[in-house]
Amino acid sequence: MTVSKEALAQSASSADAAPSDKEGAARGTHGRGTAKAPDSWRSRLYRWDMKASPYAFISPFFIIFGAFSLVPLLYTAWYSLHHVQLSSLDTQTWAGLDNYTNLFSSDFFWNALKNTFSIGVLSTVPQLAAAIWLAHMLNYRLRGSTVWRVVMLTPYATSVAAATLVFTLLFAPENGMINWLLDLIGIDPVNWRESDWGSQFAVSSIVIWRWTGYNALIYLAAMQAIPADLYESAALDGASRWQQFRHVTIPMLRPTILFTVVVSTIGATQLFGEPLLFGGVSGSKGGSEHQYQTLGLYMYDQGWMIGNLGKASAIAWSMFLILLIIAAVNLLITRRLRKSQ
Amino acid sequence: MRTTARTSRRAMTFAVVATLATGLLAGCASDDDDGGSDGGSGGAGGNGKTTITIGTFGTFGYKQAGLYDEYMKLHPDINVKENVTTRTDVYWPKTVTRLQAGSGTDDVQAIEIGNITDAVQTQGSKFVDLGKEVDKSQWLDWKLKQATTADGKTIGLGTDIGPMAICYRKDLFKKAGLETDRTKLAEQWKGDWSKYVAVGKQYMKKAPSGTKFVDSASSVYNAALGGEAERYYKDPETVSWDKSEGVKKSWDVAMEVATSNMSAKLKQFDKSWDQGYANGTFASVACPAWMIGYIQEKSGTAGSGKWDVAAAPTAANWGGSFLGVPTASKHQKEAIALAKWLTAPEQQAKVFAKQASFPSTPSAYSTLKPKAETSAYFSGAPLTQIFSDSAKTIPSQYFGIKDQPINTAITDVGILQVEQKGKSPEQGWDAASKEVKDVLGQ
Repeated sequence: MTVSKEALAQSASSADAAPSDKEGAARGTHGRGTAKAPDSWRSRLYRWDMKASPYAFISPFFIIFGAFSLVPLLYTAWYSLHHVQLSSLDTQTWAGLDNYTNLFSSDFFWNALKNTFSIGVLSTVPQLAAAIWLAHMLNYRLRGSTVWRVVMLTPYATSVAAATLVFTLLFAPENGMINWLLDLIGIDPVNWRESDWGSQFAVSSIVIWRWTGYNALIYLAAMQAIPADLYESAALDGASRWQQFRHVTIPMLRPTILFTVVVSTIGATQLFGEPLLFGGVSGSKGGSEHQYQTLGLYMYDQGWMIGNLGKASAIAWSMFLILLIIAAVNLLITRRLRKSQ
Repeated sequence: MRTTARTSRRAMTFAVVATLATGLLAGCASDDDDGGSDGGSGGAGGNGKTTITIGTFGTFGYKQAGLYDEYMKLHPDINVKENVTTRTDVYWPKTVTRLQAGSGTDDVQAIEIGNITDAVQTQGSKFVDLGKEVDKSQWLDWKLKQATTADGKTIGLGTDIGPMAICYRKDLFKKAGLETDRTKLAEQWKGDWSKYVAVGKQYMKKAPSGTKFVDSASSVYNAALGGEAERYYKDPETVSWDKSEGVKKSWDVAMEVATSNMSAKLKQFDKSWDQGYANGTFASVACPAWMIGYIQEKSGTAGSGKWDVAAAPTAANWGGSFLGVPTASKHQKEAIALAKWLTAPEQQAKVFAKQASFPSTPSAYSTLKPKAETSAYFSGAPLTQIFSDSAKTIPSQYFGIKDQPINTAITDVGILQVEQKGKSPEQGWDAASKEVKDVLGQ
């Protein structure tokens, strides 16, 4: 750290002293005495240092991003335009847009898209609503508030596999706890894995359980940044707690809410681990009628189970495009909101 | 002076960052298996030993039977290391990509029966021809054929096979008023799986409460199909799954099971299936040899002496594996020696003694002896005889390149829809057909 600070200071002063380029010309006579300076290798090095260092510092990310994200991304695009089988990667025949037309005319793709959307809604909406409510509760003075906050974050720290395993047992059609509870209140048992809505609900509940605490913590942080006098003046005006929440807290949280919505939406689009593990054996089918097969699962099934890498790549790129559309919509909404403020 | 010192310090920092970055990249490149390999086939291990790695999936039983230790004792200069991947469906895609990359493979690589055609047809050149190294006649003919390429190369040596029997709960059969003697039962359903289903219908008339006749319709399907001459492919080029006589017959039997309330509707290898064994919720199960160990483990001590084994309706095979040596191996000679030794009849007999994986080498059959504990668990059934009788008459089956995904489409989409979602057999077949077409890219 000290190194860079020193260097910055030194470089700044040397830029002052060294009348190079336009700056030097503008300053005129001032620096004429040191006009020879640019020729010295040392000051060149400084200038080069000044310009290049920031790039050098951020380069590790971009190198790794390039190697592990960009190259595979482009390679996937190349694959998606070819007929490629997992078992013979070397024989690729040009397919043009075949993989895409095949995909868009396939019921399985639209079904997966629909499931991704409905599981996304089923998991994101209750999750964020519960998170706001939890954050609101934790924002009051509580005994041992740190303990509550830590406890809330523990699901987030649990691995997907462990969480899903427990939920699979809870939702087991026979001998599962949920069905047992339902039975107690006189409701017929539900086949949580094979029923259409039941399975989607079960998968969503895993997501909700894991991510609610995380979002609540983000909301809590934002809530604590809301000035207390806003609440005081609201209270003076006779606003009830609920009214304070609606008319002070929510509007002040708007940017945060937007952020969590975007992050959760991206997460929902890529949903993979939970439904795969929930399905158990041949989980990549997402149930016998693909009732909870998400786009991620469909891609995995096509690529690794069936071995059609070309088509799997086309699915990957379609997912990418869908995410771009979501990002664009998000941008529009943000602009709208800003204007309306 | 001060400045030069600083620049050199900057240079140092940069160098450190660069080293870290490359280190990070390298770290990512040598990914570990879930068994925790030390970066593929390492060269000479400690004190001049050669380390031979063997890649397996599931539970092969070599380690459990102490074979690696034994081999290392016989060959003091060799160090054997097993890299286990739990799930086959993760293991094979990983192995295929490494084979094609020509690096990162283990010295010996296990191949499951569902993938052997894939290996023979597309990876033939990536495996060493083991045919010249061994006496090929020691294996069952059909087993050897499965690992032989079109130009006659043997790319895998047979390990175990899965000859079929029926495992049943004697106590439950008795309560339901069925025959309990294994030879008489075998006589009742001999020759046709639909006769087995008929026994099931009889069982359901007086079934002890909370029990069903069989674990799932899919297991009956798989068992029945394993005894048919034709599966999903006629030959390498011709997919004939929708015209195959074997598929049609097996499907019909599975549909009878699925629609007559005799199935516990469990999915094999699920947690609830395991619980089904423990709680005794089904009275019989199609039982390839490797299932013996599984039942013992999952039924636990409570099931001891209650289970019995009878011959299956038809001689059928379900499962089994091979060992191959990739050409990318840096220690081919040692790897071949290890694969040869592990698949030799004597060693196969040892694995059978440990966990009842049934040998693919008939010469071992006369010497096979299950553990006394296992015999007692299955009411003293003559396991060796039942399974070896089955093994000798198994038809030679051709496995197609997409055999496994087609099978999954039929069992986990078609049959499951009928069994668990109450669809009609026609709807189930249509759904399976649609799925298979998607698999084949039609």
